[in-house]
Amino acid sequence: MARYREDAKALAALVEPDRVHRDVYCDAEVFQLEMERLWARAWIYVGHDSQVPSPGDYFTAEIGAQPVIMVRHTDNSVRVLMNRCAHKGTKVVYDLSGNTGKTFRCPYHAWTYRTDGTLLHIPLAEGYATTVQHRGLAQVKSETYRGFVFARLASDGIGFREYFGDSLSSIDNLADRAPEGELEIAGGCLRYLHNCNWKMFVENLNDTMHPMIAHASSAGTAKKLWEGKPADTPKPMAIEQIAPFASDYKFFDDMGVRVYDHGHGFSGVNFSIHSSYSSLTGYEEAMQNAYGAERAKKILGTVRHNTVYYPSLTIKGAIQSIRVARPLAADRTVIESWTFRLKGAPDSLLARTVIYNRLINSPMSVVGHDDLHCYRSIQEGLAAGGNEWVGLQRNFDPAEAKGGEITANGTSEISMRNQFRAWKELMA
Amino acid sequence: MSQDELIRFVIREARLLDEKKLDEWYELFTDDAVYWVPLAPGQADPMQHNSLAYEDKLLLQLRIERLKRPNAFSQKPASRCHHLLQAPEVEKSDDAKGEYLTRTQMIYTETRGDDSQRYAATAWHTLVRIGEKLFIKLKRVDILNSDAALPSIQLFL
Repeated sequence: MARYREDAKALAALVEPDRVHRDVYCDAEVFQLEMERLWARAWIYVGHDSQVPSPGDYFTAEIGAQPVIMVRHTDNSVRVLMNRCAHKGTKVVYDLSGNTGKTFRCPYHAWTYRTDGTLLHIPLAEGYATTVQHRGLAQVKSETYRGFVFARLASDGIGFREYFGDSLSSIDNLADRAPEGELEIAGGCLRYLHNCNWKMFVENLNDTMHPMIAHASSAGTAKKLWEGKPADTPKPMAIEQIAPFASDYKFFDDMGVRVYDHGHGFSGVNFSIHSSYSSLTGYEEAMQNAYGAERAKKILGTVRHNTVYYPSLTIKGAIQSIRVARPLAADRTVIESWTFRLKGAPDSLLARTVIYNRLINSPMSVVGHDDLHCYRSIQEGLAAGGNEWVGLQRNFDPAEAKGGEITANGTSEISMRNQFRAWKELMA
Repeated sequence: MSQDELIRFVIREARLLDEKKLDEWYELFTDDAVYWVPLAPGQADPMQHNSLAYEDKLLLQLRIERLKRPNAFSQKPASRCHHLLQAPEVEKSDDAKGEYLTRTQMIYTETRGDDSQRYAATAWHTLVRIGEKLFIKLKRVDILNSDAALPSIQLFL
């Protein structure tokens, strides 16, 4: 029974300034509306242009459950197209990535398209001419920013710059960390199946009241194991990375959090759990040579925790990794974790990124296990009667409703409230 | 080392995991040992490419100690595992150096509550003889669908 599709008031009533109704996480109709509205109207991360370096290179993905292709066209621009033959609907490419040459050729009846989606050829075309509209592969509006390719399914709507605003500074910081100012996807993609709603994952990234509790068994144990070692033992990267998850409330509160319009935001305004990493041989020198000492210091001194580009992309500049949410159902989401090589940096940078990624984002991560356990537990716990609301009250200030850039204490739940303000706008 | 001794070692190693005798299992590894579950089929490089797991003894110890902690929430209820092994094949055997390599086809099952997952996998044991005893220098487990979107795998393959 459709409760929300035709009832804008009921849908809007799911989100209050400091709490949300459980249906935003659990209801199949709300999920379907999210895919049709929020995920179609927002700018969604598709991939990175380094995945398609040469004309004809393509990468396939989904935006709100719709299959798309990111492809390097013959004019060297990156395009996003619907992966659906204009004829019967076959996906024209099925591999995750590859090179299609100058054309996409449907494997079913050989309808052929240029890499900008326009129709090139239909076998025995005259037989179809009067009955079929030869529309080509539908083109999706896309923008590339520092290599990050975003697309908006809706043909009309908010512009790219207006949508992301100053939150793009986190992508800048990530790309600036390359001495050559450019990133390259490297090292494959960890894909972690989450049996929970996509928002639980996205909200958790700037939930700083959970690490010292949920990760006490992993980060707390790491800290303890390390304390038992002789003082002169060199500290392994893994310990440097995992132990700070056990930092105390004051640490996370002092980190600070900043939000922007349209649901974006980051924690780690002042410092983060990545601030105390050892320097890697040759890297700082390469940065100073590329940017000058002062600017290099500024880039490397910006050590943000997680930045959320609502709703699909979350990035960690200081780690050079990103996590992408690909929702499948109200209680099913794939989280992809990708890693970058910083062009012009020593190999040790990617090695550090890869260590972090498997320690934290792998399906075998002892940190991830406890996070996912909590999300799944929420998904089941919300079925309980007696309380249909999920609280987001911590450090709530009614003045937040005016929007704009707001900086708050790190343990505030403002980033979640800010995400739901965007949710409400994009779902209306 | 006879072929029979190598095979018995591999079978005992899996049995310690299934019986959750993890402290005893940990002692099977050399100090510089690695436990590796690659992400990509045929993956050659663990340093510049992501892996599902690539753990030295310190990280193995972390996993084992965590599983003992009452606040390891994802282990309520606790996971169980089962290794169904085909007879290990001895791929390399060098008695002079005391180095051996075995290849073992297996079906790995891990359960937690009502959830159950099952993987076809190949385990590669690089073994070394120290004195009269065998130790693991590298245990590599290739999961057939290692690059699929996988749920939490919480115990040791």
